[in-house]
Amino acid sequence: MSNKIYCSPHLHSSETTGKIMFYVVISLLPATIGGIYFFGLYVLKVILVSIISCVFSEFLFQILLKKEIKILDGSAVVTGILFAFVLPPRIPLWLVMIGGFLAIFLVKELFGGLGFNIFNPALTARAILLASYPVEMTKFTKPFDYNIDAITSPTPLFIIKEKMNIQLPSLWQMFIGNRSGCIGETSVLLLLLGAIFLLYKKVITWHIPILYILTVAILSLLTKENIGYQILGGGLILGAFFMATDYVTSPITKNGKIIFGIGCGMITFLIRKVGGYPEGVCYSILFMNTLVPLINKYTLPKKFGSKK
Amino acid sequence: MFKGGVKLLDFKSLSKNSEIEEFKEPDKVVIPLSQHTGAPAKPVVKKGDYVIEGQVIGEINGFVSSYVHSSISGKVVDILPWNLPTNRKFLSIIIENDGQKKSIEKIKRDWLKLESNEIINIVRESGIVGLGGAAFPTHVKLTIPEGKKVEFIIINGCECEPFLTCDYRVLKQYTDEVIEGLQIICKATNVKKAFIGIEHNKIDLVPLLNNSIKNLKIYLEVEIKILPEKYPQGSEKHLIKSILNREIPSGGLPIDVGCLVFNVQTTMAVKRAVCDGIPLTERILTCSGLVKSPKNLKVKIGTLISEILNFCEGEIKSKRKLVVGGPMMGIQIPYPDVPVIKGTTGILLLPEENIPEKVQPCIRCGKCLEVCPMFLAPSEIGRYVEKDRFDKCENLNVFDCIECGCCSYICPSKRPLVDFIKYAKFKLRKK
Repeated sequence: MSNKIYCSPHLHSSETTGKIMFYVVISLLPATIGGIYFFGLYVLKVILVSIISCVFSEFLFQILLKKEIKILDGSAVVTGILFAFVLPPRIPLWLVMIGGFLAIFLVKELFGGLGFNIFNPALTARAILLASYPVEMTKFTKPFDYNIDAITSPTPLFIIKEKMNIQLPSLWQMFIGNRSGCIGETSVLLLLLGAIFLLYKKVITWHIPILYILTVAILSLLTKENIGYQILGGGLILGAFFMATDYVTSPITKNGKIIFGIGCGMITFLIRKVGGYPEGVCYSILFMNTLVPLINKYTLPKKFGSKK
Repeated sequence: MFKGGVKLLDFKSLSKNSEIEEFKEPDKVVIPLSQHTGAPAKPVVKKGDYVIEGQVIGEINGFVSSYVHSSISGKVVDILPWNLPTNRKFLSIIIENDGQKKSIEKIKRDWLKLESNEIINIVRESGIVGLGGAAFPTHVKLTIPEGKKVEFIIINGCECEPFLTCDYRVLKQYTDEVIEGLQIICKATNVKKAFIGIEHNKIDLVPLLNNSIKNLKIYLEVEIKILPEKYPQGSEKHLIKSILNREIPSGGLPIDVGCLVFNVQTTMAVKRAVCDGIPLTERILTCSGLVKSPKNLKVKIGTLISEILNFCEGEIKSKRKLVVGGPMMGIQIPYPDVPVIKGTTGILLLPEENIPEKVQPCIRCGKCLEVCPMFLAPSEIGRYVEKDRFDKCENLNVFDCIECGCCSYICPSKRPLVDFIKYAKFKLRKK
């Protein structure tokens, strides 16, 4: 007989952390292929270097601190892909390596590892690099120019923000991803495919992404911004479905998720509209990350039987 | 319908279609004096005494307590502490069967002629306790406190735990006795409206129940409620919520919302005690899981689980665990020489699961909050337990937890959340 005594329950669902991470990787595949299709094979190198850098950094940390080696749970792979997704297509590979290291070593592991980090690792690493290497981090290139020194091209949101006299891509082009931007953010179509998969597999719930996007849409409508470009442009779809829904750095309660989604939407819009940057998804999510413990505290559900 | 809960594979087909079999009288029974909620019974026999089936061997000790009867005839060979299915030791009376099958005189009664207090007294003297698992003395439940009013009686036939089919079989094979028991309970409590709650997977019982309800002997309105298969539908609180949309206040009892809930087998035991003069000396349970022949068995209280496992060809070997009760709330026991007690609903041989030895960190997915039918935050309680902050657990209403196991079941990190919660309660009670 089993010589270990377990506490009830003696049945468990087949869901595991590894399986969830696997689903997330699957959901990111369409956009990965899209990124390579639009910006060339160099993008694949960026993604691979990012994954390797993340996984290796995690391994290094766990070896150095004599912790349980848990690189196989897949969370570092997910961070690697997501980090590559928020980089411009011609980012130097050494910068990718530094970023991957920062994401895992600094933002995730130093805060206690999986489940304990306050900030989204991929987005924080991007924010650090953007502040440290502004030139490399804002060099966006034209889609389908596969040369390594591809022609630079401003992103649609940049064109709108700076009121440049350049032809904007059509909304259809924006939807399928034929525009300049970060590696994984351009194709809304392919991102939505992955998002539907995650919703179907119940890895994420609709609350954060839908309310996030809806908030941006409503605010755009109220301020007479072009709603189509606000939603399809920048990293909104990527951020709403794949970044803001990160388990560790988003609220655990349903009401908390609603607040979080709306908050992200408001700050994103505020940065885009009145801030210095054309894009605000990254900072809005990071800002809302800091509020998560507070949101959780005040949105815990009322226990059964507390109604009078 | 209640919020939260989980959909489970029910594994009921293993034993659903096997008729209740009478398990042979064992050579020896071990009858613990504490099988119920409340004060343990006082032993009234001593080593060497001769007892017969149905004879009182443990006397009620206070209001919330229960009588204990011998389930066979034979000699008391010892009185000593024995391991119970709750993994605690308690004083038990060991009786050796003499094979004479001598029994107390069974008095037939016409319950229609009995007064409420007479019925309650018979229930009390027959040692009837809740047979759904919690083993709360039934006479206490039937005694309605001053100032409270009972509007509804609910028969709990949900059997929401996977594997278990004994209540289903009882409803199928002893329909009339259950309905008669329900009428007796309604008479004792002066209630005119009753519900029978069953999960959708037992829908084939509806014609049987309807048939039986046609022949009621007293004025009583009985409604059958078909409820969706969702665990923990059979939890008293959630059953009432589903049927009446009433929420028992935190720390309260069903009577606070005008209900009393009885398990199917408890109801039948009431009938047998009142009409046939049979005290509670046997119960029906399911033996299932990795046993070769899963069965529903009528078993004498005090029969050793090892004998039942042998009968159902359940081999105890490595990578298997022995669980008493259902798989969600049952207790794993380390050795099978433990007696069946009044609250034993099932004996399951289950595969050892692939749970990481080291407790994995919470990834904050929030799934445990979604499934918690008590609307607690198991993940937060777990995190505080890991830091020994039990005061925080109390603030997070750890005592409202019904330990249904939904949180542990759903957790992708396989964190032992129920274990954490039980530990927090234990620590807080000790304080």
